[in-house]
Amino acid sequence: MRKTGRSALPALTFLFALLMVWQLGAMRVDAAYILPTPIQILMRLWELREPLFTVHLPATMAVTGLGLVISVALGLGLAAAMDWSPLLQKCLYPVVVASQTIPTTAIAPLFVLWFGYGIWSKVLVAVLMTFFPITITVYDGFRSARTEMAELLETYGATKWDVFRKIKIPCALPYFFSAVKMAVPIAIIGAAIGEWLGAQSGLGYFSRRMMTQLDGAGVFAPIVLLSAVAMAATGAVGLVEKRVVKWRGES
Amino acid sequence: MKALEFDHVSYRYPGEDFSIVDNLSFALEQGSFHCVIGASGCGKSTILRMICGLLRPEAGTIRVGGTPIEEQSHYCGYMPQRDLLLPWRTVGENLALPLEIRGGYTRAERRELAEAALEDVGLEGCGDKLPSELSGGMRQRAAFARTMLAGSGLLLLDEPFSALDFLTRISMQEWLLAQWEKHKKTVLFITHDVEEAVFLSGSVLAVAGTPIRKLEEFPVPAAGPRTRACLARPETVSLREELIGILREQVRP
Repeated sequence: MRKTGRSALPALTFLFALLMVWQLGAMRVDAAYILPTPIQILMRLWELREPLFTVHLPATMAVTGLGLVISVALGLGLAAAMDWSPLLQKCLYPVVVASQTIPTTAIAPLFVLWFGYGIWSKVLVAVLMTFFPITITVYDGFRSARTEMAELLETYGATKWDVFRKIKIPCALPYFFSAVKMAVPIAIIGAAIGEWLGAQSGLGYFSRRMMTQLDGAGVFAPIVLLSAVAMAATGAVGLVEKRVVKWRGES
Repeated sequence: MKALEFDHVSYRYPGEDFSIVDNLSFALEQGSFHCVIGASGCGKSTILRMICGLLRPEAGTIRVGGTPIEEQSHYCGYMPQRDLLLPWRTVGENLALPLEIRGGYTRAERRELAEAALEDVGLEGCGDKLPSELSGGMRQRAAFARTMLAGSGLLLLDEPFSALDFLTRISMQEWLLAQWEKHKKTVLFITHDVEEAVFLSGSVLAVAGTPIRKLEEFPVPAAGPRTRACLARPETVSLREELIGILREQVRP
């Protein structure tokens, strides 16, 4: 723990310096409605703690959580299907890649029309943005399993399912955790974008409402909260990974 | 009854216009130790991969213990060039792998068999270590123990020591001979190292060219138990030179 604390020191110092520059610059500009100082943002965060933590944070977390669960299930399913059958791989892979060329932000308003202002239009945005990195990374993980290992198992009389269970899944596990660590912040961003475009609650929605009130610090406060949550969630996944994956990169 | 029999076997890789193994017949006696030597890429590994069922011959029959291999399973243990110990499993769990796949053993039985096999190769107490904690020679011994657990009297070893440093390699060769004398299995050992082949085998099977139509047999004029001193004797030296000559024929541009 101490060691990580020390290695984070340069980053923290640099961050602190940046915040100082921001603070001084914003004080000079002196227009809090467009450029609030970091201190003003923190104060606003404290003032707004009631609605932010009891209403909007839970709403955003619900969208993020649901989106992630669906993305992981979808991503794992697609990756396994593509690994299992070359035909499915040929069918699915280009479609999965093509789905990423759709500017999600631009068509998200349509989702609101289709699914209403409820939770599902936001979940869809989060899923669309996160299932791709999960699918591709986990698929690469399955592919990284060395054919020699699979062949060795075949000489023991293993079935395709044996090979999948005993070789492919362990090989893909580190990739899976990388994918989830990537997907967590993206899911949170996706949820916020969805809320920004149309919602009744959530941090994205709250930030936008503050925008219409020309409350600069109020716009930033939920965003600061979002990134703090994203960092904490990614860190938590990292901790689980350390417990589960005891090897990496060695072949 | 022969331990292994090739009966007019041919194999052609998809996309190639010739058969790399062409109408090949040979047989191995029960309990013998043979090395197959040949230049890199001559197709010697193809022979091994056909025996263990990874490749299916396009013609001919391969019999192990008198029965065609299509009609049996668990008739051979195959040890590839790299040890291929799964890095996420402990050494003991790696050894239990063939037993898990075959099924019919309880966890405790598998553990017991793996422990016994480890003790047999001189790795007692390493069962709970990860493969990355073992040295190269120890990893090869663990892989050999796993091959033994894969069962049967026929061992197919595909250049198992080629990645080891020289000193580890020669001590592994001596160790392998001791194992063979102890267990009396039939061993087919592939190598491109002529000295290794002469030291290990009762007779050397040389691949004289590609496509492989026959294996030329050269009995090694040294009785067991072998020591490295055998390699310095004039008759083994002349055999070695003869074999090197045959191999060089093939790689001549």
